[in-house]
Amino acid sequence: MSLSLDEVRRVAALARLKLSAAEEQLFAGQLSAILDRVRDLEGLDLTGVPPMTHALAEGEAVALRPDAPAPGLTAEEALANAPDREGSCFKVPRIIE
Amino acid sequence: MSGAVELTGLSLQAASARLAAGAVSSRQLTEACLGRIAATDDRVGAFLAVTGEGALAAAAASDARRAAGKALGPLDGIPLALKDLFLTRGVATTAGSRILEGFIPPYDGTAVARLKAAGAVLLGKLNLDEFAMGSSNEHSAFKPCRNPWDLSRTPGGSSGGSAAALAARQCYGTLGTDTGGSIRLPASFCGVVGLKPTYGRVSRSGVIAFASSLDQPGPLGRTTWDVAALLAAIAGPDPRDLTCAARPADDYLSGLEAGVRGLRVGVPREWFGGGLEPGVEARVREALATYQRLGATLVEISLPHSKYGIAAYYLIATAEASANLARYDGVRFGRRAPGVRGLKELYAESREQGLGAEPKRRIMLGTYALSAGYYQAYYLRAQQVRTLIRRDFDAAFTECDVVAGPVAPSAAFKLGEKTGDPLQMYLADVFTITCNLAALPGLSVPCGLAGGLPVGLQLLGRPFDEATLLRAARALERELGPAPEPTALEERP
Repeated sequence: MSLSLDEVRRVAALARLKLSAAEEQLFAGQLSAILDRVRDLEGLDLTGVPPMTHALAEGEAVALRPDAPAPGLTAEEALANAPDREGSCFKVPRIIE
Repeated sequence: MSGAVELTGLSLQAASARLAAGAVSSRQLTEACLGRIAATDDRVGAFLAVTGEGALAAAAASDARRAAGKALGPLDGIPLALKDLFLTRGVATTAGSRILEGFIPPYDGTAVARLKAAGAVLLGKLNLDEFAMGSSNEHSAFKPCRNPWDLSRTPGGSSGGSAAALAARQCYGTLGTDTGGSIRLPASFCGVVGLKPTYGRVSRSGVIAFASSLDQPGPLGRTTWDVAALLAAIAGPDPRDLTCAARPADDYLSGLEAGVRGLRVGVPREWFGGGLEPGVEARVREALATYQRLGATLVEISLPHSKYGIAAYYLIATAEASANLARYDGVRFGRRAPGVRGLKELYAESREQGLGAEPKRRIMLGTYALSAGYYQAYYLRAQQVRTLIRRDFDAAFTECDVVAGPVAPSAAFKLGEKTGDPLQMYLADVFTITCNLAALPGLSVPCGLAGGLPVGLQLLGRPFDEATLLRAARALERELGPAPEPTALEERP
């Protein structure tokens, strides 16, 4: 199975990745090779097999916490790594021209 | 100076005993480790950051507690280090990626907080493949990590620094994460013990996510006792992780010496069907014979869907990664591309500049597998195969108590050997991946050398039966005697 350059560009746009022309070429070849390997799965009869939807074994309880207020990060802590901010907001470039 | 070298060669257990006996201080252990890191890490590359000042402060606090008769337990005062995927409050955490360069987490991950609460001294952050994606540590955005047994070879990945630091005697224990073999493979390549706990045994809170249904943090150490003690400190329910099991952690230390008499060891015939390096196969078969000699029974089992593991894994893991890595968009933290116009360009440019080839490749594959028209053919199918793989193990565990086999088809490979062909790199995980898909506990324990390089025996167990894995690993370790030490670092270039 081979992935066309157009398909690579479509997927990159969906993933919000900007690829160089060289990367598009490289990934088209590499992803095609990986998808060929993945075709192994096509030979399997999976009729009636449920998908695994949770990694914890069935019946394994998880620890639910009480729905009680507890301190979280302060606004300052949450904003401390922001590349750009204004007051208590994250700042991004203008969205509407 | 010879005293310091002698100190860094101790196991965690032995270092802990010396602390308890008052024969050494945490400050001495910490200074010895920092000295060893300074003397060796330019060649190994295990550490991305060394937090010497914080470590010495923690050591002083530990020594003060001990002097006051208030020592906390076996980890109090013990120098450890963390894969740089664990969030550490106030200490930069990169995930091995340029996109997180300079990111300072505002909180500690749960496992980190538990180690601190147990009195551990944290020496720094360890090298890894970018976002834990890789099998050789060569996808680190910052620098390669080298295998202390042979500096031309990889330590395995993705927790390469976590295993190499132990083999290099730079610390007494480490944490890694395992999504498809990322603890067990480097443990095998570096000749240390590495445990991937059952999914849900150790909290994932504060561990940077790669594939959320497969990721599991776990300990590495130079001995099984060391790994058991570290697991005991980090395992157990956590209200901050809703995929963490409610059942309490077991006592992993008390049954460690109980041996393997009567244990049924399952040997999957599919794992010995060719493709194993002869030296690796020989060491693994000798380990199985040792179990038999010690009173265990070998049972041939079948895991018929193992061969579909790689395909299912690289769909599920990449699909989940494509979603998890969507958060690196240059808005709230991490790298933001300068001088861009508009939000969409901000996302794409920041990701272009910040992410390396392997995360991009996996995001592309995962996005493709989840995109309209392909979901049923790829992701859903892979999740059905996952059910079959789990059923294989369910059936096997009616006939045996642990499954044993190789960790990897080969011993440590050379740097650059597989970087040109991603598929070849992925195949290094062929024996480790089904454990993650079935959400089981798995362990690598050294079982000898092949061509002068360490070989690990892999043991897989029933869900939440880490205690049996550790006991079986300990029986082999006791029989083989003290593991040989790597010598590559002692031969000055």
